[in-house]
Amino acid sequence: MGGKGQLVGGLMFLIAAASAPLLPDWVISLATIAFANALVVLGLVVLWRVGLVSFGQALYYCIGAYTVALTARWTGFNDAFGLVLMGGLAAGLMAILIGFLLARYREIFFAMLSLALSMILYGVLVKTESLGSTDGFAVTTPTFLGFAPHAQALGRALYWLTLGVDAVAAVLIAGYFRSVSGSLAAPIRDNEIRVEFLGVSVTNIIHTKVAVAGVLGGFGGALAALAIGHVDPNMAYWTTSGGFVFVTILAGAGSVAAAFVGSLVFEAVRSFAVDVMPGLWQMTLGSVLLLTILFLPDGLGSLMVRLRRRGETKATRAGS
Amino acid sequence: MTGSVNDILAVRDLKKTFGSLVAARDITVSVPVEQTVGVIGANGAGKTTFVNMITGHLTPSKGSILFEGNDITGKPSREITRLGISRSFQVAQIFPTLTVFENMCTAAAIARTSGGVFANLTTPVHSAAATAEADTTIELFQIARYRDMVASQLPQGLRKLLDIGMAVVSWPRLLLLDEPTSGISIEEKFDLMQVVMSALKSRKITVLFVEHDMEIVARFADRVLAFYDGTVIADGTPTETLNNPQVQELISGVKVKTAAGSAGHA
Repeated sequence: MGGKGQLVGGLMFLIAAASAPLLPDWVISLATIAFANALVVLGLVVLWRVGLVSFGQALYYCIGAYTVALTARWTGFNDAFGLVLMGGLAAGLMAILIGFLLARYREIFFAMLSLALSMILYGVLVKTESLGSTDGFAVTTPTFLGFAPHAQALGRALYWLTLGVDAVAAVLIAGYFRSVSGSLAAPIRDNEIRVEFLGVSVTNIIHTKVAVAGVLGGFGGALAALAIGHVDPNMAYWTTSGGFVFVTILAGAGSVAAAFVGSLVFEAVRSFAVDVMPGLWQMTLGSVLLLTILFLPDGLGSLMVRLRRRGETKATRAGS
Repeated sequence: MTGSVNDILAVRDLKKTFGSLVAARDITVSVPVEQTVGVIGANGAGKTTFVNMITGHLTPSKGSILFEGNDITGKPSREITRLGISRSFQVAQIFPTLTVFENMCTAAAIARTSGGVFANLTTPVHSAAATAEADTTIELFQIARYRDMVASQLPQGLRKLLDIGMAVVSWPRLLLLDEPTSGISIEEKFDLMQVVMSALKSRKITVLFVEHDMEIVARFADRVLAFYDGTVIADGTPTETLNNPQVQELISGVKVKTAAGSAGHA
């Protein structure tokens, strides 16, 4: 993504932030969840680029969410900024630990091992009565640096907080993709031996990617916990992970912005499908996925690239 | 030729076994700075095993390898690369989905970091310095015309040049080339070696290259090591080694020509 892409991204972010007072509540709450989940998707994009698919990203999502919920419950600390930060860091710490194991695996083994780890957390949470078992528990209403907004204002505040975290994450991840560590994705997918002989540990690079994706997953879960106001073990369940992979396929790994657009489209399609045909919403989602794979194998992001290219060809034609 | 302070590489009693198979044994060789050493031998004589042990791809079963006086025996390949030993491969090891420039720039950027997790995160891959270094090396290996071509579309000879270029972009002091001309047509071999060798000379790199073509060895090497059955059976100037009766009988002679096919056009 060049300077122009960043400008467009920044503009989209400002429009999204400025339009909040005009949007109805249901749009705000849908967008908040979508933009929180987009962080998890962005983490999956980081892994996707190196050829790895994690079917257990809900592990970090759930850790982020439970960290927020439990910290507020046990300590009474309920500042949204502090809680979200803790959620991201707790998940990141777990990802660093798990990375020592995961970074040595590839392909289906990586996917299944990450799935297994997330299901262990699910199992533990379901069996733990003190953490609410299958029902989970409610998350305390957060405050924002001393302010305690209610009802409608709270929804807007969480929306803005989510957008803020997204903006920081987007800038940092775009920077990460330009670094040696971040750019070693296609090279590792192409030829690990060459990368090692250039003087880099492939295991370390993959470990870093697992950690980055974990931190993003944690932030996503932390924001989602505040937005939903409730946490339960389903946040670690494999269908949750599958949903994130679904959005990643929909979005494509081509750009940072695609993760956010993809997540928003997914939430919109899902809520529309549930509304219009409650019994068949999974089928609608399935059809969308099928159409994406058939006609946009590189995701929604590739659509943006195509449109840009078409614009450029038109411009050159007009110029000549 | 052993034990001088000018030696960039000193190998002692090197041995490698795979189960009961002895792939290399009793290898003792010293290489002075800026020498170009050709390594010959039939398939399975231990040449690649020798290269793989020096570059850390294989750990020796016995013996020691000193590079600039430091023991590098058994170190991982990425550490050895960072110390100043690079290598190219018999089958060019490049990144096929990247362009020639991206291949080279990735190699240049990696060479400019310390390799630590934090350094890799904070160093940009397309820094001005890495970009300039990549373009200089692309010029040096005369592949500038193909700079923006995706590497998978390159013909074999250019892949080889790119592979060697990526090994050179880090300014190594010792370079090991494993069959730089394998898979290249006879007409192209000399031109390719000419480009490679003049590039390496301009950077004062000590070179050890494995080669089957005796004409190329005679033309480009200052010294030739002949491998047979896992060990060095002759070591001297190209004329000395290639005229050695044992070498002629076992490696460059008529027998091997028929037995090993690819062994040569000598």
